[in-house]
Amino acid sequence: MDAIIIQILNGLDKGAAYALIALGLTLVFGTLGVVNFAHGALFMLGAFCAVTFNKIITWPIQPPKAEGQLFAPPAKPWFEYAFGDLGASIINWSVPISILLAIPVMLLIGLAMERGLIRHFYKRAHADQILVTFGLAIVLQEIVKKFFGANPLPQNAPAMFNGTADIASWFGLTDMFIVYPWWRLIYFLFSLLVIGAVFAFLQFTTYGMVVRAGMRDRETVGLLGINIERRFTVVFGIASVVAGLAGVMYTPILPPDYHLGMDFLVLSFVVVVVGGMGSLPGAVLAGFLLGILQSFASMNEVKGILPGIDQIIIYLVAVTILLTMPRGLMGRKGVMED
Amino acid sequence: MFGNLSRNDWLLVLGFAIVVLVSPWTLTPFGAGYPALLQKFCIFGIFAMGFNILFGLTGYLSFGHAAFLGVGSYAAVWSFKLFTMNVIPAVIFGVLFAGIFAVVIGFVSLRRSGIYFSILTLAFAQMSYNLAYSVLTPITNGETGLQLTLQDPRIIDNAFITPGEGLPQTDLFGIPMNGYPGFYFCAVALIICFFLTLRIFRSPFGMMLRAIKSNQNRMRYTGFNTRPYLLTAFIISGMYAGLAGSLMAVTDPLAGAERMQWTASGEVVLMTILGGVGTLIGPILGAGVIKYFENIFSSFNDRILEQLFSFLPDAAREVAVWFTGLFVGEGWHLTLGVVFMLIVIFLPGGIMEGLQRIYNRLGGGSGPGAGAPDTAAAQPAE
Amino acid sequence: MSKLIFNRRGILKVGAAGGVALAAPMHFVKGAFAEDMSCNMPTGDTVTLGFNVPQSGPYADEGADELRAYQLAVKHLNGEGDGGMMNTFTSKALKGNGILGKKVAYVTGDTQTKSDAARDSAKRMIEKEGAVMITGGSSSGVAVAVQGLCQEMGIIFMAGLTHSNDTTGKDKKRYGFRHFFNAYQSGVALGPVLKEEYGTDRRAYHLTADYTWGWTQEESIKNTTEALGWETVATVRTPVGAGDYSQYITPVLNSGADVLILNHYGKDMVNSLTQAIQFGLKDKQVNGKNFEIIVPLFSRLMAKGAGDNIKGILGTTNWNWSLDDDASQAFVKSFGAEYGAPPSQAAHTCYVQTLLYADACERAGTFFAPKVIEALEDFEFDGMGNGPTLYRGADHQCMKSALVVKGNENKQSEYDLLKVVKVVDRETLTYDPAIFGGDLGPSDAKKC
Repeated sequence: MDAIIIQILNGLDKGAAYALIALGLTLVFGTLGVVNFAHGALFMLGAFCAVTFNKIITWPIQPPKAEGQLFAPPAKPWFEYAFGDLGASIINWSVPISILLAIPVMLLIGLAMERGLIRHFYKRAHADQILVTFGLAIVLQEIVKKFFGANPLPQNAPAMFNGTADIASWFGLTDMFIVYPWWRLIYFLFSLLVIGAVFAFLQFTTYGMVVRAGMRDRETVGLLGINIERRFTVVFGIASVVAGLAGVMYTPILPPDYHLGMDFLVLSFVVVVVGGMGSLPGAVLAGFLLGILQSFASMNEVKGILPGIDQIIIYLVAVTILLTMPRGLMGRKGVMED
Repeated sequence: MFGNLSRNDWLLVLGFAIVVLVSPWTLTPFGAGYPALLQKFCIFGIFAMGFNILFGLTGYLSFGHAAFLGVGSYAAVWSFKLFTMNVIPAVIFGVLFAGIFAVVIGFVSLRRSGIYFSILTLAFAQMSYNLAYSVLTPITNGETGLQLTLQDPRIIDNAFITPGEGLPQTDLFGIPMNGYPGFYFCAVALIICFFLTLRIFRSPFGMMLRAIKSNQNRMRYTGFNTRPYLLTAFIISGMYAGLAGSLMAVTDPLAGAERMQWTASGEVVLMTILGGVGTLIGPILGAGVIKYFENIFSSFNDRILEQLFSFLPDAAREVAVWFTGLFVGEGWHLTLGVVFMLIVIFLPGGIMEGLQRIYNRLGGGSGPGAGAPDTAAAQPAE
Repeated sequence: MSKLIFNRRGILKVGAAGGVALAAPMHFVKGAFAEDMSCNMPTGDTVTLGFNVPQSGPYADEGADELRAYQLAVKHLNGEGDGGMMNTFTSKALKGNGILGKKVAYVTGDTQTKSDAARDSAKRMIEKEGAVMITGGSSSGVAVAVQGLCQEMGIIFMAGLTHSNDTTGKDKKRYGFRHFFNAYQSGVALGPVLKEEYGTDRRAYHLTADYTWGWTQEESIKNTTEALGWETVATVRTPVGAGDYSQYITPVLNSGADVLILNHYGKDMVNSLTQAIQFGLKDKQVNGKNFEIIVPLFSRLMAKGAGDNIKGILGTTNWNWSLDDDASQAFVKSFGAEYGAPPSQAAHTCYVQTLLYADACERAGTFFAPKVIEALEDFEFDGMGNGPTLYRGADHQCMKSALVVKGNENKQSEYDLLKVVKVVDRETLTYDPAIFGGDLGPSDAKKC
């Protein structure tokens, strides 16, 4: 029983990341009709915003080399030199703080990408969109590799979130053992927050309403004299920020490297397609669903019966859903079928 | 169904055959005249050409084509292990098994179209890769790849001759299939495939596939069942991939699971689009260009660059070496990415469109030239 | 352009004369069967070595470090720099004037850590660039694949980082040589230390990368720990490159195990270790004991990726730069002066392999591969950082010491990540080559 509850928690936590990435991807697809293979790269860039911020504030000041030593002793970050305890606690909180850096940076990257490249591909074939964004993804990751190397770069969560939460005791279940890492719980809550914010933006603001109308029928909205193009640019920026935030907060869970985006790319596409192309609730639902299924398929008891199931479960679910529900869980008719 | 080739087409096949067969000499000045790379040109040419039959003619974008390549390789290596080192049975097994695999996957995947089709094929290929890498290790030898061993039964060979010391080589009735003979074997396969592709392009069947691409709904409304045609195209294309896979095993009897990974499938898509979708020669060119980049660019290192720029003064040389170093050696992926973006942005029809434009500018007139008969015609907008 | 030759067996098999006619480009056939010619023997005044390392993919940084070591070795062979371990090496055949008087040049290739790509680039270096020896790599799959190719082509392969038992076990080849230690030796080395530190009453849970290296390591470690009296609770296979391993770690929490053994390497190890620690495993108490994590194969570059999580964790390595014997110090000094950072264990192995090959050529007095193989087999030497070492002829595995290390709790410098707990001597680590089977195959020279 304990094991099952932990596995569900784990599924929700994995699903949170899938859902966040898929959300931005499907937002772009639903509004702009663009298949963005560089979305994974945006996730990766977000993670490297955290890395960069951390690098800047922990820029080492080298204590002098002692006599007879070949390599100098460990350096101290200049923030600690300059600001003492305050500096130390900023370094401690560097991952959440770098959200403040990531939002403008990712927004700018998103806007630049849309204006400079994606915009010219609205009317081109999906295959062209896939190819050009795939090329962009390669370029972005190679540039990151050039600057940061190929090795993963570990980032620490704030010290107070190290360790695990004793969840069973919250509910007074003294006979059960259910613990879960604080930071992963925070990631889950954070993803709910971001997903909620995106939905609220689309649902409750006039701006969002126009965008939604544009998703349904772009021409009519254009005919009404609304500059839908500009709004779409903003939507792309938002998608980029969402991907970036997902990346920033993921760094303590998975030490980021340049290849992070590609690792998530295929998976996020499967999530989007299972959810139904262009459906935001579908993407979120599919993200959590696949997360939980993957978590359960990895249990030893399940693997004992079906060896290797944990490695293919995601694809197996995708195939099953696509064959029984032609447009994914919540897709609309006529999207991407020609 | 066949038998409708014009005189120009025959000339095209002949010209193509000559270009392929003399490539060991013509490509040497470019640093590409060595057997392993020439073999790769042929093998990936076949792979991309087969992929183009599906994608170029019907518009169905398969993202799992590498799975057939892998199946072809595994089947061929097993043929070497179990029966004989002769390459003919290996090739037949490779094509056959890839074909069977394609029937199954095609039958299921073709129930959907658009990106749903792409994701279905991707899912099947990824499942094959993941399983081949781990659980199916008894069949695939997992990470290391399926190799020949001294303990293999090789029942047909062993019935006729006593095995020598060490591992046997693949052979065609006594001619070992490594180095240049291996290349010529692949080259002949490439020429045959080219001929078959040309016939498919010119046949009513090919016309039918193009019709499906331009408007499948209209075809359906006229009471026409498109699926058997699509499935046939899918299987043919899978068999081309299987042939390519078995040729990889012929020239180097090892089958690694990575050749089934999605990035490998992505590579063939890139080759086809880079060369020119729906064109006859484009995919082969695309395959050649990518493999050339991969082999030549990735082998550049700082020392070679230093020599290259040795005429420059020290400071300028350092800058030049640093800058070019971004794009070659370990940075060759960056070059690949940049080239793709440029091609897709400025030359959507790929290299073939570029050649066509040059040809037109040089006063070649509006009609397609003999060397590029299909570029303009087969590039309809989506 | 290159040359073509029929092997003896091929000629025997030519039944159809027509078959020969098909092999049209007869002019490629150059030279006759001379007794002392093997593939790519250098004829000019340089000799070309092929360095096949991962330049892209997950091990790119390790590959870069290997390449640095190779370049340093080439410098030293050519008599530039301070000579590094050439000064401490017990064989004095190398004179610093290249190999057999020929200046050493090199070509590089990218293995991408894929068997196919690695064989392609090795082929390119052999067929096109005339490399007389191939070396490098940082995974066992690649090592086994390239070693097989080199056996077929008659080129000596000096393996880089490869830890699977198979490389010099069931897949061993006459033309392949490994200096690095293996999973079996890791197990033997770890055993006594584990007993000392964690006792004999433990329950171990294995997470194992689902491919050949992972399996051999799991088996070796399991045999060791069970011999100590430990119980194995479960062995779980995890996919390679999974990224997030949390779904495999959560079942550990309630399994009753008190030791987690991570049979992962590279990025997988960094990820699974980071996540295991996030799940509070190291602070846990089970069965009245502290929960412990063991990573049987460590590398400094990976330790860097895992950051603070590595502290206090036991594992083994082939070599570490903090060793204070003369040879290691000479190498670290030379490498550090050149690149500003100490070498990794992969760099050490690659440097040593290059020197050993060069030395074998000098001692054999020729580049003729069968003679060089003879010179390497059962070669006894010292002064390369691992104490007295034997290149065992029966399986081409180096018999030498290995290190049990622990993630450093208070490091003296950025690179001071691993603390040597014990140097396990060669006698302890020597095993019977017959236990892994395999067959070296013939050493007859090939023409290419």
